[in-house]
This record gives sequence, C-alpha cells and structure tokens, in this order.
Amino acid sequence: MTMLVWIVGCVAALIGAGWVFRFIGRLTGGTVFRDMEIATAFGYMLALASVGLGVWLFFFVEAAVFFRWAVQGFIGFAIAAFLFRLLGRHLGPNSTRRLFRQMPLTASFGIMIVLIYAILAIFAGAIAPHGQEEVFAQVNLLPGGNVAMGGDPAFPLGTDQIGRDLLSRLIYGAQNTVGIAFATTVIAFLLGGTLGFLAATLGGWLDQLLSRMVDVLMAIPSLIFALLLMTIASAWAGSQQQLLTVYMILIIAVIDSTRVYRLARAVGGNIVVMDYIEAAKLRGEGLLYLIFKEILPNAMAPLLAEFGLRFCFVFLTIASLSFLGVGIQPPLADWGTMVRDLSQFINFAAFSPLTAALPLMAAGAIALLTVAVNFVVDWMLQKSSGLKE
Amino acid sequence: MVSVTRIVLQRLVLGLLTLFVVSIVIFIAVNMLPGDFAQAILGQGATPEAVEAIRRDLGLDQPPVIRYFQWLGRALQGDLGSSFAQANFANFTGTESGATTVAAQIAPRFANTMFLAGVTAAIAVPVSLVLGILAALYRNSAFDRVANIFTLSSISSPEFFLAYVLILFLAVLNPLLPSLSNIYSDMTLGQRVERTLLPALTLTLVVTAHMMRMTRAAIINLLASPYIEMARLKGLSPLRVIVHHALPNALAPIINVIALNLAYLITGVVVVEVVFVYPGIGQLFVDAVKIRDIPMVQACCLIFAAAYILLNFSADILSILSNPRLRHPK
Amino acid sequence: MTQPLLKIRGLKIEGRSDETWTPIINGIDLDLNRGDVLGLIGESGAGKSTLGLAAMGFTRDGCRISAGSVEFDGIELVNASAAVKRALLGKRIAYVAQSAAASFNPAHRLIDQHTEGPVQHGVMSRAESEADGIELYRKLRLPNADDIGFRYPHQVSGGQLQRAMTAMAMSCRPDLIIFDEPTTALDVTTQIEVLAAIRDIVQQFDTAAVYITHDLAVVAQMADRIKVLLQGDEVEEADTRTMLSAPTEEYTKSLWAVRRFQRPAKPAIPADATPVVSVRGITAAYAATTVLHDISFDMYAGRTVAVVGESGSGKSTVARCITGLLPPKSGAIEFMGTALPADYRKRSKDQLRQIQMIYQMADTALNPRKTIGQIIGRPVEFYLGLKGAKRRARVEDLLNLIELEPKIYFDRLPSELSGGQKQRIGIARALAAEPQFIICDEVTSALDQLVAEGILKLLARLQDELGLTYMVITHDLATVRAIADEMVVMKDGRVVEQGGKEQMFAPPHHPYTDLLLSSVPEMDPDWLTCLLEERGVDNIGDAAVGKM
Repeated sequence: MTMLVWIVGCVAALIGAGWVFRFIGRLTGGTVFRDMEIATAFGYMLALASVGLGVWLFFFVEAAVFFRWAVQGFIGFAIAAFLFRLLGRHLGPNSTRRLFRQMPLTASFGIMIVLIYAILAIFAGAIAPHGQEEVFAQVNLLPGGNVAMGGDPAFPLGTDQIGRDLLSRLIYGAQNTVGIAFATTVIAFLLGGTLGFLAATLGGWLDQLLSRMVDVLMAIPSLIFALLLMTIASAWAGSQQQLLTVYMILIIAVIDSTRVYRLARAVGGNIVVMDYIEAAKLRGEGLLYLIFKEILPNAMAPLLAEFGLRFCFVFLTIASLSFLGVGIQPPLADWGTMVRDLSQFINFAAFSPLTAALPLMAAGAIALLTVAVNFVVDWMLQKSSGLKE
Repeated sequence: MVSVTRIVLQRLVLGLLTLFVVSIVIFIAVNMLPGDFAQAILGQGATPEAVEAIRRDLGLDQPPVIRYFQWLGRALQGDLGSSFAQANFANFTGTESGATTVAAQIAPRFANTMFLAGVTAAIAVPVSLVLGILAALYRNSAFDRVANIFTLSSISSPEFFLAYVLILFLAVLNPLLPSLSNIYSDMTLGQRVERTLLPALTLTLVVTAHMMRMTRAAIINLLASPYIEMARLKGLSPLRVIVHHALPNALAPIINVIALNLAYLITGVVVVEVVFVYPGIGQLFVDAVKIRDIPMVQACCLIFAAAYILLNFSADILSILSNPRLRHPK
Repeated sequence: MTQPLLKIRGLKIEGRSDETWTPIINGIDLDLNRGDVLGLIGESGAGKSTLGLAAMGFTRDGCRISAGSVEFDGIELVNASAAVKRALLGKRIAYVAQSAAASFNPAHRLIDQHTEGPVQHGVMSRAESEADGIELYRKLRLPNADDIGFRYPHQVSGGQLQRAMTAMAMSCRPDLIIFDEPTTALDVTTQIEVLAAIRDIVQQFDTAAVYITHDLAVVAQMADRIKVLLQGDEVEEADTRTMLSAPTEEYTKSLWAVRRFQRPAKPAIPADATPVVSVRGITAAYAATTVLHDISFDMYAGRTVAVVGESGSGKSTVARCITGLLPPKSGAIEFMGTALPADYRKRSKDQLRQIQMIYQMADTALNPRKTIGQIIGRPVEFYLGLKGAKRRARVEDLLNLIELEPKIYFDRLPSELSGGQKQRIGIARALAAEPQFIICDEVTSALDQLVAEGILKLLARLQDELGLTYMVITHDLATVRAIADEMVVMKDGRVVEQGGKEQMFAPPHHPYTDLLLSSVPEMDPDWLTCLLEERGVDNIGDAAVGKM
C-alpha cells in the first residue's frame, strides 16, 4: 500500500517538475516549448530522474554490486557493438559495408553476439579449459579463483557439486544448447516449409487436409504438448538418455513445423496470386519450376526473419524443458539444466555476489542470444517493410 | 449477408470440434506408450497376474475406441480418473483417501493458477495497453526506442531468467517479497496476493512486453488509416481523434492482443510456478510428467488445451462483435 | 485589389527517405481569391496532394515544410500553433479525400460524422446540423436524402459516399475546400454525377476551391484557372480557356496532345477470313454466381478488338476464359478455326505460346527477383529452345524492339525501372513467345498519360510490323479511340453492343453505349454544362443507368 502511495507521489512530483520546466522554457519563447505537451515534459523529467538515480546507485551505493555489473556490461556491449559496426563499415566487400552503414546499433550488437556464439559453439573443445564431463576432486569450489575465499585459479567460475568445471560447462553449453536448437529449427523449417509451399501452390484437398491438421496441433499450447510428448518419449527411451535428446529434437521440430507451415503457406499464398505466377502457369511451366524459380526467391526475406524468430522460440522451449528436467539430458552440459542445478546459489547474493551470479550467467547466456537474434530480425523486418513504402 | 449469430454459432461449433479432436490427439499420444498403464504403475518387476488384475480394474482390456469414449464421458462428468502416484501412495500407507482422484488434486491447484493468472492480468493488461498506446502516439521518439529495446529483451529472455533476476533484487538483496510462494487455503487475501506477487510480476514482465508491442503495432496501423487523417483535417482535438475515431476501431485488435497473451500465460505459468514452487496446475503437470503419472498428464493437458481454445474462441467472437460491418449488415 | 483568400509564397516541402530529406515541392507560389476554383494538375510525383494538404497547413508524417509561407485570410499557417490550425480546419478550410470509402470512419454513421465538425467547432447545434446535412444531401442529389445519413459507410456506394463527403466538407460552410482527386476511383458514369454535384454546390455557396486531379478533361469542367505542376515545380498557370486553347510551355502542349493520338482506320475485314480467336457463346461462373452470359465475338488477324466496360462488367473474365484460367461452363474458344481445350493445363505448348497476355500492374506481373534478361529469356528458351548466346541475342533483339537499350537493361531488376519501362518489359515477354494473339488487360490504366501514350504507340507499331492481333481490355474510351479497330461493349456480363470503331462512335447507339460514350469528359470547358442540359438534371449517372 505504501508503495502505491510512493509511486503516485513520484509521478505527481515529476508532472509538477515537468510543468515548471515547460513554464520556464516558455519564458524564453520559441515554438518548441509552446507546442510541448505536458506528457512530453513529464517524459523528460522521468528520463532525468532515472539517469540521476542510476548515477547515484552506480557511484555512491556500495551494495549495488549487481547494478554496477549490469551497467558496466551494458556500456561494454554498446562500445563493442559500436566498434564492431565501425569495423564492418571499413572492412570486407562493398555489399556488407553498405549494409553496416545503414545498420542501427542494436542490429550490429545482435550480429556481433551471434558471431561470438557461433565461434564458441564450433570451437568449444578448443576454447574450454576442461572437458564438459571431466570430474575433478575439488568439489563445490567458489568462483573468483581466490584461494583464500575457497576458489582455485584453475577453475575461474568454480566447480559444481560433483566437481565439474563450471566455465567449461558454460562454454560447452553453447555447443549443446545452441547446436541442438539450431538442428531442431532446421528440421522444422524443412518439414513445415515444404508442406506450406506445396499447400499454397497446389491448393485443393491437400491444402485443406494439412491446414486442418495444423489447426488442431496448434490448438494445444506448444510447451504443454511438448511436455506431454516428452513423457511418452521418456518411456520409449527408457534408460537410454541420449535417445531422449533425439526424441526431443524430433518432437519440438514437429510441433514447431506447424508454425512454419502457417507462415510458408501465407507467404506462398500471397506470391501465388501475383500476375507473374499466372504468366508462368500460362506459359506451361511445371510445379518444380514454379516453386523453386518463381516463389522461393521471393519468399526468402520473410522466411529468413521467421527462421530467426523460430530459432529463438525453439531455443527457449528447449531451455525451459531442460530447466524443468525433461530436456537435454546429462552428462551433456546445457544452460537450462545448469540454471536449475545452480539456482540455490542465488541466496548467497549478499555474501558472495559472484556465486549468486552463476545461475544468472547460464540464464543470461540464453537471454543474450535470443535478444541478439531478435534485434537482428527486428531490423530485417523494419528494413523490408520500409522498402515497401 | 451472413448474420452475426450464424457466424458466432459456426465458430462455437468449430471450437467444440477442435476440442474434441484435440482430446483424441491427446488420447492417442498417451496410448502410444510402450506397454500400458498397468505396466507403468507396477514397474518392471510385476507379476503377470498383478498386471492383469490392474488392467481389468482400469478397463485396459477394452479396445481403444471404447476406452476413449469412456474416458471422454467420465471427463465430461468431472471424473478425470485416479492418479497413479496417489494410488501408489495410498496402497503404501493403506489409506483410501479421496485425494486419489485426479479431479480432487487438480481442483485446488486450478483455483491457485487462476488466481495467479488473474493477478497477472490485472497488472499487465492496463499497464501494457497504456504503454503500447503511448509508444504508438510518440513513435520513433526516444521513449519509443527505449521501450522497443526493453520489450524485445524481455520477450527474448526465458521466464526463469526474469524470475531469478526478480528474486535476486526483490527477495534476496532487498527482502521485500517472499521468494517461495507456498499458499495455504486458510490465508487471507492480502497474504495470498503478497505470496503471489513475485511470480505474477515475472509473468507480467513477459506478457506486458508482448502485449505492448502488439498494441503499438495495431494502433500505428490504425493511425495510418485515411479516416484518422480526415478526423485531424476536420480540426478535432487530438483527444477526440483518439477516443472517438481511433478507439472504436481499435477494439478488435486490442481484444485479440489481450486474448492471445492470456493464452500465452497458460504456457508461461508452467515454468514460473516451478521456479517459485507455486502450488498451481503447472507444477502439478510438470511433477506428473516426471513420474509419468499418465491420467494426471492427460487431464492437465486437456485443461490447458481447453483454456487455450476457449480464449482464442472468445477473442474471435469479441472481434466479430466489435466489427461495424458485421453488426450493421447491408 | 483585395487580399487573396489563400496566399502561398516560395513553399518548399521535403520528404524523408533513407535518412535524408529529398525535396517534394521546390518553391511554389499560389494565389486564390474568394469564390474561385483553382485546378492543380500534374502526373504522379508532381506533388499535387502534398501541395493541397500544405494549403491547410498540414503535412503528412515524414514530410516537413522547409521554407516559404502559407497565408490563409491573413493568418500565417506554417508556424501557427496546433490550436490556431485546429480552429481553422474543418470550419473554414475543409478537405475532400480521394477515397471516400477509406476516409469515412467505419464505426460511425454518416450523419454522426457530418455533424461532428459543426458541433465541435460550435457552429451549429447537433439538431441544426443534422437538418442542414439532410438539406445538403438533397442538394447533392443523393437518393433517399432523408435517411441515407443514418447508414454506415459500408452500406453506401462509392459515388454516393463521395457526395456525402462533399456534404461533410460543406457542413461548416467553409471559405475554402481542397478536393484531392475526388472522382479518380469512380467509374465514368458515376464520375459525371459527382462532378456535377460538386460543381453546383461550390457555385451555390460561392466557396473557393482547390481541385486536384490528373485528368485534364475533368479539371476543365471544374476550375476557373489551372496550374500545371511537374515534379514539384510549377510549369505554368492561366485561366482555363486560355490554358486549353493556347498553352505556352512544351510540357503542357505535350499533355494536351496526348488525347489526339489516333491510328488511321484499317481496310475492312475480307469476307472469307478466319478469325484468329473466336469466342463462341461463352457462359462462365465463379462458384455459383454466373458472371458471363453467352458471350460471342471474333477477332481477326492484324486487328485490335477493344472490350469496354465498367468495373464488374466481366471484361477481365472473358480474358480468363480465353487463356484457359477459368474454363467456361458452356461455349468454346476457337483458335484459327479449331476449338482449344477449356483448361490451360490441357493445352499444348504451342497453343499456349500463341496466346500471350500483358497485365495491368507491371509491378506484380514481373518477378521482382529476376533480371530483365531472365524474364524475357525464359519464354525464349522455353518455347523456342534457344540457349546461351542465341538466347541472349534474341533477348537483345526484343529489347531493341521495345525501344530499351539492351546494354543498360539486360542485367537490371524490375525495381530499377520506371512504370512505363516495366510495362514495356511485359510486352517484350509476351513477344518473346512469338504469339499471334496478345491480350492487353488495362495495360495503360496505371500509367501517367504521356507514358501511356508511348505504350499505345509502341503497341500500334508492333502490330503493324509483326501482324499481331490484340484484344484490349479497358474502361478508358480514349484508349479505344487511339488504337482499336473493333469494339465490344459489355455490361453485367453481357455484350451490349459490338461493331467497327467508326460505326460504334457514331450514333445511333444502344442506350448504355451512349451513356458510356457521353460520360467521358472532354477537354471543352462547357462540356459538362451542355451534357447536363442535354440529359436533364435528374437523368444523369445512376438514374440514367437505372432506367435502362
């Protein structure tokens, strides 16, 4: 209750400040302040207050360790993205240079992160200091590498309860979690995309049949459906844990292919009604020519954007399943499982911030990649919609 | 011109049909299990006689079609079968309590989940609509850009990431709210809300981001239409343009946004309930999945699907009703 | 000399594209006295609409006024506060938009939208304004004036909506109305009544108006003076009669000359000739609705048949039947005396080759991901089996034939071409198949007049050189006059009248042909007045059609 009073009070104070700000501005004349709405003035004041609060927390509050980390991380990433974009503008072939020149910072940040993840995933074996299944005698080492604080320089992020190096597992997580999500998305696209384009081009009973089937499958929330099927898959897999991962890939691919089907059919449907398709049909062209030479090249942009979004969705679904304990199975290192296993460390935040950050690092690794992909997709979508105007 | 009642009835029949087919899909999926329920209950070391006995008890010797209709018929009467886990437990302790049926276990949990979803919706819907409309009105401003980055990030983050960040700041570092949401039936409303607040905030963050982006897109789309330009050119005040000209036409897209996101809550609730150990249907479902408590999984699945279909159906109906072209046929 | 009502000086407007500002209007002056009507004409991209809106002190999103002044009755609008502008808009300056169907709010009844302005501006009470609205509807000759206002926009037809929008603009008795292409989206027979209604009411209330259009004949009826715009610059301005009879600038002269292009008449068809394509008793339907009733006509070698009709007359459906996209329910299509299979999928490659099509929207007719060379090369390879250098040589021949330089255009994408160039590529693709018969479906209706004329001349030249047979589908009688030899008039899926062009353009006609022909605006400023006198006030447009 008191919190509500506080919030209302703050808003009222900011509106008041905004009014004073505008009033003073109007004394100077000029059209900017004359036409300024009180909401805009409030917005300026709110921004000012937020920045002020942030500066105060950053410099004067000793305990705000996590906030400081967050701000440092944010600024660090922003600078890195800026430099990356600068690099892209001056290196490489002309086409990519032009691309980088129009790019907003968020998109270049996204591309940079995706590249880093790709490198981590491909070269995990070379980058990680230890193997993902390697068990050491030092159990439950604290992160930080400080011997006096219960750490070990050989294990910068410490070890888990059975003695595996957490840094290595985090790096291998990129390979497993991202790799599996990528494979799943590719399967979903091959399946859904092929059927969607066939339905759009051929129409008729095939279209009806597939569309009704997809309707039904989409009427079940995807995470729920995945959990149901995983129950059954786990019974099929029995004690073979590796097999369960394969089943999971197939299950999620099938569930997700319904969404891809919808999109491919809609995009294909929009293209099929174009006059140039009619011209090709009247020329007597075959189905394969129509799909591969006329339709597909025009569907690439929306499909690519959808691939990004689907990948995020699949990635989050797999992470959620793993977090719930029915996804990627040990001994493979993956981020969702790590978050679950390390989640209790969060209670040590007041004594050892770095320890508490461990589960957040794994969860953050997931979030960072999806944010990055989303930024890139958002930019792509804006670019293609801008072209239409 | 097709009358509105006819369209509504058509959608209703379609919704029921979908639910029916979904129940078949769920039933078939469950029947794809290797061996059968009896084996699953008793485990590998059971004697054939015991398996046979349980089979008869559960009606597993019947053909699948008959079993399906028996299951459906009972489900319609509120009897969702008995839980394996509880059955085992009851056998073990030798008591025959009423809690062995799936329905009896789901009922209180379902109420809890509805409470969580309700609190979330009560916060998320007004906040996101206001923010979404503001972002649309001040599009391409600094506010819009910052909001875009925030919403994109929050959509992209897994629920458990947001949940742990909130726990870190609001429960561990600044102990304002409890990080575990154990709820008992004899709590006062205030206590319940306090315990529910953290999971509800987590869900709110995700749902608000979604809803805000969709609202923004819908409103921008609307503001670009010629009749809004016409209203401005008639010299109407900005407030009147929004309230009188934009809002009546914005109802359908906004209703859609709300319904879609409430439907999204159904999925989101599962992970969040597990993080906060909230005694809702989502956690029950995940526990049932882990121990392969088939009747429970089946029932939860059906409930989730029904809720999902119901929400989509209501969104459909409401947006049909808000369309003047259909309300006033030629 | 009194102060002009609207005075624009050195107005410059810029639009935002790709993060930079590009000029749309480069310094235009404009004066408009009370009670005068100024016509603004120009082709697409001339900045007419932008200028019209700027006269109200309004710019669309992504545009800004970078210099100059707009003074309305002594009030400067460019830097005026929002409140000052709001007090003028709707009350003293009103706007009539191009698409009335999109500009009326679908959620409110017409009368509610009509009375909103007067009530909000405090000019009249709701009841007064409602009564006044009904009176205006009556003056604008809307049918059922008493209750048409109580309908929702989707329940009223396009031509009626346009008049209702004019009534709405009149609701506060403004000093100035901006008409932004109010009749462009309408059929010719509907256009007449809207034009007549607008002109009468503007005269009656002595309202000043800016009338924006791309149609010279229309502006000749409506305006006292005409200003010609070209890409954001003024070409010239004069009063209507001077402008029509003695334009001074080259550009204006060329605009005027467009309407005079006409091919010489061809010799009569020999009695024993076999038609290239013959439509024999076609009846066709989409699902349950029959859209064509027993259509028959013949098309002979080296000649052009124009199929004319308004929207919904079924003229495009005839083309779909001929190409085989829509197999007719009964009747047949004959090519050189032999019946073709009804479904295009059953036709042989050679049969498909002989009938080619050119589409209305060149944008959707060319695959945006293929280069010009690929687009034209595909039929060359597909039908004639030419590959590699031979194929390229043939494509270059074709590009020369349509007057586009092969070196420049061979590797370009359609998006890098102008509208007229795209339409030429569409023609080349049809020619690549070396057909005898080409269907031209409204090929010039999306183009500016000068560009359209170029396309028509090209089609005529190709016909002379290659002996092609055309079927031209159009709603525009100027096109018919320019290139047709025979004419088929269609209405509601039936052939109303057919015959040679000379015979068709001379009386006596079938009443519908007559209505159609007489409804096409002419460049004579007195044309509308004469026509109305001829027909009588009650006997125009809808009313005339209804009586037949």
